[in-house]
Amino acid sequence: MNTAHLTPPRTELEWRLPSRGRVGMSALIAAEAAIFTIFVVAYLFYVGKSLSGPTPREVLSPPFFYTFCLLSSSLTIHFASRSLRRWNFRRFGAWWLLTITLGAIFLYGTASEWHRLIYRDGLTISTNLFGTTYYSLVGLHGFHVVVGLVCLSTVMVFTLFGAVKQEHAERIDVLSLYWHFVDAVWIVVFTVVYVIGR
Amino acid sequence: MSTESIAWPTTTAASPSFVDHLHTWVTTVDHKRLGILYIVYALIFLVIGGVEATVMRIQLIRPHNDFVSPQVFNRMFTMHGTTMIFFVAMPILFGFANYLIPLMIGARDMAFPRLNAFGFWMTAFGGLLLYFSLVGANGLYGAGNAPDVGWFAYAPLTSQTFSVGHSTDFWTLALLVSGFGSISTAINIVATVLCMRCPGMTLAKMPLFAWLNLVMAGLVILAVSPLTAAQIMLLLDRYLGAHFFDTQAGGSAVIWMHFFWIFGHPEVYVLVLPAFAFASEIIPVFSRKAIFGYPVMVGATVAIGFISMSVWAHHMFTVGMGANANTFFVLSTLAIAVPTGIKIFNWLATMWGGKIEFKTPMLFCIAFLFQFLIAGLTGVMMSAAPFDWQLGNSYFVVAHFHYVIVGGILFTLFAAFYYWFPKMSGKMYSEILGKLHFWLFLIGFHLTFDFMHVPGLLGMPRRIYTYEPGRGWDTWNLIVTIGVFFQAAGILVFLGNLLWSYYRGKDAGSDPWDAWTLEWSTNSPPPAYNFASIPVVKSRRPLWDLKHPDDPDWKYE
Repeated sequence: MNTAHLTPPRTELEWRLPSRGRVGMSALIAAEAAIFTIFVVAYLFYVGKSLSGPTPREVLSPPFFYTFCLLSSSLTIHFASRSLRRWNFRRFGAWWLLTITLGAIFLYGTASEWHRLIYRDGLTISTNLFGTTYYSLVGLHGFHVVVGLVCLSTVMVFTLFGAVKQEHAERIDVLSLYWHFVDAVWIVVFTVVYVIGR
Repeated sequence: MSTESIAWPTTTAASPSFVDHLHTWVTTVDHKRLGILYIVYALIFLVIGGVEATVMRIQLIRPHNDFVSPQVFNRMFTMHGTTMIFFVAMPILFGFANYLIPLMIGARDMAFPRLNAFGFWMTAFGGLLLYFSLVGANGLYGAGNAPDVGWFAYAPLTSQTFSVGHSTDFWTLALLVSGFGSISTAINIVATVLCMRCPGMTLAKMPLFAWLNLVMAGLVILAVSPLTAAQIMLLLDRYLGAHFFDTQAGGSAVIWMHFFWIFGHPEVYVLVLPAFAFASEIIPVFSRKAIFGYPVMVGATVAIGFISMSVWAHHMFTVGMGANANTFFVLSTLAIAVPTGIKIFNWLATMWGGKIEFKTPMLFCIAFLFQFLIAGLTGVMMSAAPFDWQLGNSYFVVAHFHYVIVGGILFTLFAAFYYWFPKMSGKMYSEILGKLHFWLFLIGFHLTFDFMHVPGLLGMPRRIYTYEPGRGWDTWNLIVTIGVFFQAAGILVFLGNLLWSYYRGKDAGSDPWDAWTLEWSTNSPPPAYNFASIPVVKSRRPLWDLKHPDDPDWKYE
């Protein structure tokens, strides 16, 4: 029965570990990807199984402009974090604002598409299986865009008050990982909904 | 080291008022306190879930019994399953992971302490939400009833048509909310193990406990998320009139089964990997030997993690998936027995030639080895689709998975309680009461679950509230129910032992087992900061190196 209090000695040692922010965000992205996978599988499983109209081919057209906006926001957020690493706060703020604008334009695109589908084509989540799977998958993605925009806007407010400094570059990178994920998911959603599903 | 002087870290010199004391616990972000909160919370639900099981067994003690109504019986098996999986097993294992991982890897806390608190409180409120259905499920009438759709809640039973009222909504929301808690805790465990290890602790020098919990957390991330997605779909169906599982509108009831079991089967491994983790720490210490085949153990763990993602549809052989799908899931299910078998051989080889000390934790681990082997063997039997067609949905299945969860997981959990209780409380438990608990529970377990296989083989289906006499099931059911009372007595001795030892136990000292991992190098209970200075390790058994400077492990690893 050893009751001695043992304290291991401390020696100098080269010791580097991955950043917990990046690992944590990557794990969150893995969880989110699993959630999206289930919704994508449900969408693909129910393609063409609706018992009544409207069908995707009748009412959907690929939103190329809004897709372009969302995908280019990945580029602008990359430029933003690069500017921050180079101490250029004014340029960082400009790129960051552009990212938010592009995301907001995309969200407007989704909103106007939903408005058209609901009021012109009479498609709601309870109309048929297409409506069920379409609104839930696109809605789940839209929800992630909203969460992303709230986070980006929070950073924007801090930037306007001059609180974002170079030492925050790591955190900005972690946040931009999430934004890149939201953009990448859209590529999958676009392919599934507007290419395969039609 | 006297534990007299070591008070709980945030306690001030003047004895704090009850409100202050409560406040420090409610607002805590310390991994040790959150771990204890998880464990105590799960123990409360263990008693509740155990009472529900006892009610079912009393109802089934003889044919045509009318202890409870059929409606109550349905609620009992639903609540028992849901409670035991989501609000006992997961939180209790998260509690041990939370408490031990930072201590074992030489860190001062988890990677994200506040996320940790978030995860606990989400789980806690999820459990409250489930039980709030008892008063809230009928809306404002102040009366309600518990969910009664079974713990896997197959469609279309969960649709508005067949589940009137809100009891199913409470079930869905409880699992959704606690699922968010589980995912955030899993993210935290992954980040902690990968990013918080003390200098020198490479992945190949981590205690197996950290490795197994890392794989467990990865599985939670990949398996609980699909359940979350399926619960969102169910909510959309019930509240917004969506048609995911609505067969009238072309939806599919079978796709719910797929989504549920994509969660449900990896979940078994989420629960059993921490059990393996306990066994992998406790068996070497009480055999006085280093773990046999560390790299193979890690490899087998990772292999289990991967294969477990591709076996889910063996829960669905009776649905009629077609020959190709059946064949695939038969083979993948058979394959997962291989890495699991490797682990059993490694534990046996660890004990082989060791100086085995039959303390209570070791007794539970030895029982686990035998019982888990049998549980695995009935699992292999049922992985053959034709065998499953015969016995699917019978008491044989119930006996099989209780053999895994009680005989495997709960036994190692008891081992873990006795092994780490001195570290968590600073007090030594009573060895006599511990052994009494072991024997009572061992007898009760085997009375209940050995004999439960037989009515299953004789054709007794699960989830029936009563049965006709003269089918040859009567005596078996009587024996099964008698076993429950032995188990209940064992649990009472266990809880009594915990309470008595906490208040009256002898001081345990920092290292009562002469063990080798870092948590035994700090005080019992550990201070808030865990380690006065962050340790540096050179081998898998850092304390062995310190105790035996003439013959350290790092020379051989």
